[in-house]
Amino acid sequence: MFRQVANRLLTRSTTTYTTTGAAATVCRPYATDVSTEASTGDSDFIEAWKKVTPNIDPPKTPIQFMEPRPPTPSTLPSKLTVNFVLPYSSELSKQEVDMVIVPATTGQMGILPGHVPTIAELKPGLLSVHEGSDVKKYFISSGFAFVHANSYADILAVEAIPIDRIDKDQVQKGLNEFTQKLSSASTDLDKAEAQIGVDVHSALNSALTG
Amino acid sequence: MASTAAVPFWRSAGMTYITYSNICANLVRNCLKEPYKSEAISREKVHFSVSKWTDGKQEKPTIRSDSPDA
Repeated sequence: MFRQVANRLLTRSTTTYTTTGAAATVCRPYATDVSTEASTGDSDFIEAWKKVTPNIDPPKTPIQFMEPRPPTPSTLPSKLTVNFVLPYSSELSKQEVDMVIVPATTGQMGILPGHVPTIAELKPGLLSVHEGSDVKKYFISSGFAFVHANSYADILAVEAIPIDRIDKDQVQKGLNEFTQKLSSASTDLDKAEAQIGVDVHSALNSALTG
Repeated sequence: MASTAAVPFWRSAGMTYITYSNICANLVRNCLKEPYKSEAISREKVHFSVSKWTDGKQEKPTIRSDSPDA
């Protein structure tokens, strides 16, 4: 019985419209609207809880466990904070760097602190992380890069390999094989696959040489 | 918003982004140098069993696997 009361109170405080059966369709605010005061708990809920059971502490709601987004500083930050993650590991986590160059589908894109918020789809290519005079290069298979207003950059890739782990002969072999497949391909799907192979291998090639 | 520019070639050939991304990842993994290559290949192996359900009954499951046994 208390759970139903809690549900209805929670929905009432966050919905701006009332519909029948509102518990199922809660109007969630945008992530940028989540304020830090929400972390102290929804005040309406806590008041109502205290009225019903003054002796038990009100339970924490999920929003109190959420870390609020790091705020957008008013002056230009000097460093970019990069999170570079792969499905199986996180290569860089909240690392402060000067610049990253990502291989977006529209070309190599440099991201500096204070970059305009962007979502970029990545194509197979070279990612370089510049920290002082230190440059780390990775070859990315594909993924996305999100730049946020607070100079945080999230780079998500499916596969990323440091360029010294690339096997030159394999790349050459693959390139020849796929160029041949491309010329002999019949169906649209085969052509597309062969084209993907050619793209990836030529990107690998230029990463090795460039 | 205006409708976006020309679709990528793989989309017009009927491939989804996930398929495209997985193909790219496989090709890149194949171009790794030796000790890293075997780690990467073993990391991405999948082994699962799928079956359709009709009328509340499970039909014969098929096992899809990248590992040579089973």
